[in-house]
Amino acid sequence: MTDAPAATAPPAKFRLDTVEHADATPDHEQPWADLGLKADEYARIREILGRRPTGAELAMYSVMWSEHCSYKSSKVHLKKFGELPQETPLGKTLAGIGENAGVIDVGQGYAVTFKVESHNHPSYVEPYQGAATGVGGIVRDILAMGARPVAVMDPLRFGPLDAPDTKRVMPGIVAGVGGYGNCLGLPNIGGEVVFDETYLGNPLVNALCVGVLRHEQLHTAHASGEGNQVVLYGARTGGDGIGGVSVLASETFDAEGPAKRPSVQVGDPFMEKLLIECTLELFDAEVVAGIQDLGGAGLSCATSELASAGDGGMHVELDTVPLRDSTLSPEEILMSESQERMMAVVEPRHLDRFMEICAKWDVEATVVGEVTETGRLVIDWHGETVVDVPPRSVAHDGPTYERPYARPDWQDALQADTTASLARPASGDELRTTLLDVLSSPNQADKSWITDQYDRYVRGNTVLAQPEDAGVIRIDDDTNLGVAVSTDCNGRFAKLDPYAGAQLALAESYRNVGVSGGLPLAVTDCLNFGSPEDPAVMWQFERATAGLKDACAVLGIPVTGGNVSFYNQTGETAILPTPVVGVLGVVEDVTKRIKQGFRADGDVVLVLGTTRDELDGSAWSQVAHQHLGGVPPQVDLAAEKALADLMVEVAKQGLATAAHDLSDGGLAIALAEASIRNGVGARVAFEGAGLDRNVFEALFSESAARALVTVAASDLQGFTALAASYGVPVTRIGTTGGDALAVEGQFSIPVTELRDRWTATIPAVMGA
Amino acid sequence: MKVGVVTFPGSLDDVDAQRAVRLAGAEPVALWHGDHDLRSVDAVVLPGGFSYGDYLRCGAIARFAPVMTEVVAAAHGGMPVLGICNGFQILCESHLLPGALIRNDHRKFVCRDQRLRIDNAATAWTSSYEAGDEIVVPLKNGEGGFVADEFTLDLLEGEGRVVARYLDDNPNGSLRDIAGITNERGNVVGLMPHPEHAVEDLCGPGTDGLGFFTSVLSALVK
Repeated sequence: MTDAPAATAPPAKFRLDTVEHADATPDHEQPWADLGLKADEYARIREILGRRPTGAELAMYSVMWSEHCSYKSSKVHLKKFGELPQETPLGKTLAGIGENAGVIDVGQGYAVTFKVESHNHPSYVEPYQGAATGVGGIVRDILAMGARPVAVMDPLRFGPLDAPDTKRVMPGIVAGVGGYGNCLGLPNIGGEVVFDETYLGNPLVNALCVGVLRHEQLHTAHASGEGNQVVLYGARTGGDGIGGVSVLASETFDAEGPAKRPSVQVGDPFMEKLLIECTLELFDAEVVAGIQDLGGAGLSCATSELASAGDGGMHVELDTVPLRDSTLSPEEILMSESQERMMAVVEPRHLDRFMEICAKWDVEATVVGEVTETGRLVIDWHGETVVDVPPRSVAHDGPTYERPYARPDWQDALQADTTASLARPASGDELRTTLLDVLSSPNQADKSWITDQYDRYVRGNTVLAQPEDAGVIRIDDDTNLGVAVSTDCNGRFAKLDPYAGAQLALAESYRNVGVSGGLPLAVTDCLNFGSPEDPAVMWQFERATAGLKDACAVLGIPVTGGNVSFYNQTGETAILPTPVVGVLGVVEDVTKRIKQGFRADGDVVLVLGTTRDELDGSAWSQVAHQHLGGVPPQVDLAAEKALADLMVEVAKQGLATAAHDLSDGGLAIALAEASIRNGVGARVAFEGAGLDRNVFEALFSESAARALVTVAASDLQGFTALAASYGVPVTRIGTTGGDALAVEGQFSIPVTELRDRWTATIPAVMGA
Repeated sequence: MKVGVVTFPGSLDDVDAQRAVRLAGAEPVALWHGDHDLRSVDAVVLPGGFSYGDYLRCGAIARFAPVMTEVVAAAHGGMPVLGICNGFQILCESHLLPGALIRNDHRKFVCRDQRLRIDNAATAWTSSYEAGDEIVVPLKNGEGGFVADEFTLDLLEGEGRVVARYLDDNPNGSLRDIAGITNERGNVVGLMPHPEHAVEDLCGPGTDGLGFFTSVLSALVK
């Protein structure tokens, strides 16, 4: 970037940089580099416009062409998700990729929309507000589809639990997620919390929201119909978050750089709650022709995307935008990421009713422009034109990069460094100690220090919430129709093999929905990676997206939306590739959902699926040896599908008393968690169970496509026959009951001891 | 039997309270904060949430809502009024109940299943219980620490006006483990935990909370 001119003072606020002025001053030097644009991108803007951009236009292009908004590095790889049939097992999707969020049919006239997004960089800079506004942003995306948001989930990742910076960011992020979501009245029903040293300095804050709507309530983001009014409503526009997308989300952090706090937005969940209720009433009144939330890139995004998706143009009088700070320039107003704002397109005949409803909810609403047939987005400032652009060039025709990617030279060595040579526990005592060590390690330990700061009950429809395998929400009180959602990703597996790792993330999420009794329907993903300018990272990204797409094709479920977060790295060290995958399924009758805890004495304990010697990348290898190497467990999507299909039928028939997926920490951790949940232990044995080759392997292998299930003795025969018909292997390993988890001939651990070790870890570091 | 549930801007558990009223066998009636109108209801629930964003102080602005003028007058006339969580805060701000609710002593929001003991089963909202009953209902608050001066605390205890107490760990630093109190007449009850989240086995830790809503029905029949 040595050819970039030094940032001269931008056009002074009091001397407006109009289109006319830009035309007359082609050689005026502009701070495009400071705004995150590359030289060729700036040249392209000049070419599109046939002149230099005005300051306001430059502001718009810079934010909309940022990595965060334009997906310029990822677009070529994300395209393949579009090749998947846009169909769920229940039929065609109602809205797919490209909308604010995907919408799928769940039956009985209901549709569900869900999406996961990242707010990683802002949350590192300002943990509370960064996390809070991450929740706020995804909720508005869901709302903009015409849906009532009904639940949120938050996959979070931090540096080591005991690292000083984790003590700085984790309490703030958790309080921010809770503070915002709780105040909106949205139950937080799941997510993940993972600790790994690569996330130190790069915490990941992903936020998922689920919304419910009737089919006929679907709304989309487009502005059409000449003369229709463009209404901005919600909070006033202030100076917060200016340049947030370009400065924050698209650059790596430089420890020496200036404080970036002013770029982080500040949230007001109370305003968002009013915005939700107000918007839902606007939908009910049928006075909204098109709608878009204001998130990253604020008004630049909303105006250009609405106009671009419509059939004409738009004319906006920017000086009518209500401001919190009257000194803001047009550029700043266009770039502001002030939260809790929405933009609607309203037919003139509905305008009065629209305004009435906003007034009822004390939500300020202002007509700021109208839809035109010029095909241009024209923005005036006190009567002078400061923006005159083809909207599509801003919103949809941003640059696309074919970033070079290459399998890193260290990948072979990493995969060759397996766990085969690591010492494994052999005696009963060693196995006992190992189980307790893994169970109490930060990644496996009880997360209630975090999740108890989230309201999981509000709205009264929470059927299952963390620590259950999936969150389950009832959507109809009378029919008991509901949805199950899970998010998962094992970044260690993705590091060992990003293709398989992404598939395993999908498989785990899919399995969690299945074992809870949900039929998996669709996928949303949040792809968190390092710098796309590093060919090794780009290779991980390419492999992960390919893996995800191929797996979705086999499972017959579409990717309906998601988000990419790049530049999660410190210096040369990127985070573990972290393709977080959310799966949503339908539960026809939520009263039949299956919970993870052992329920009563005397149930038969079964392992479904095939256990192999698969310890590479496992929780055990991390806890016992701080080791990461080898290849991840085998992916068997046919087996995953058979398992989920079986469990949906098992739930329908009420054949299982408990079910828990086997993943991190393997059977050992699943048994411990299932025992702790209701204080009911179990006695298991592996001899003669087909798992007797090696007790350690049976307990700690992380082979995929497996679940722990309990059934009443009287249902065993029926269950086994059903499993056989789905081709799912069943291994009987023992019986529930007693107040200890006992492995015959090896060890016994009182459930109270399991619980004490499991619950102590996080409070010991963070305080009670 | 009609039980009104007030919606303030920022109320969150209003739909839940309405469901609880319905499951108890009464007709829930939505009341709007801006109306001087109780729509002929027989009892009122002030639900949980963050009325007016909890700005200034929890419940401090809601107290001045037009509907509260009517609620306060009705309460003085003997109408059963239950304030849950934010509703409890509003009742204290309205001086229908003594004391105040402050930030949890551990400074974090807490959501958990909470064991309570019903100490006073003679109020309009607790007659379905027996004194000494132990129940489990969800608790979720950021500012749930009940405080009052020693004189008031002694008075509340002396007059049997402590409706429910926390068992096991005190979740928020409430003085004398107080989870809920009532007025002298026993028609106004403020409770920090959420009985409306424990009214069906499917979506909560059981049905222990339903008694608050069935109680008011029998109180009204009398």
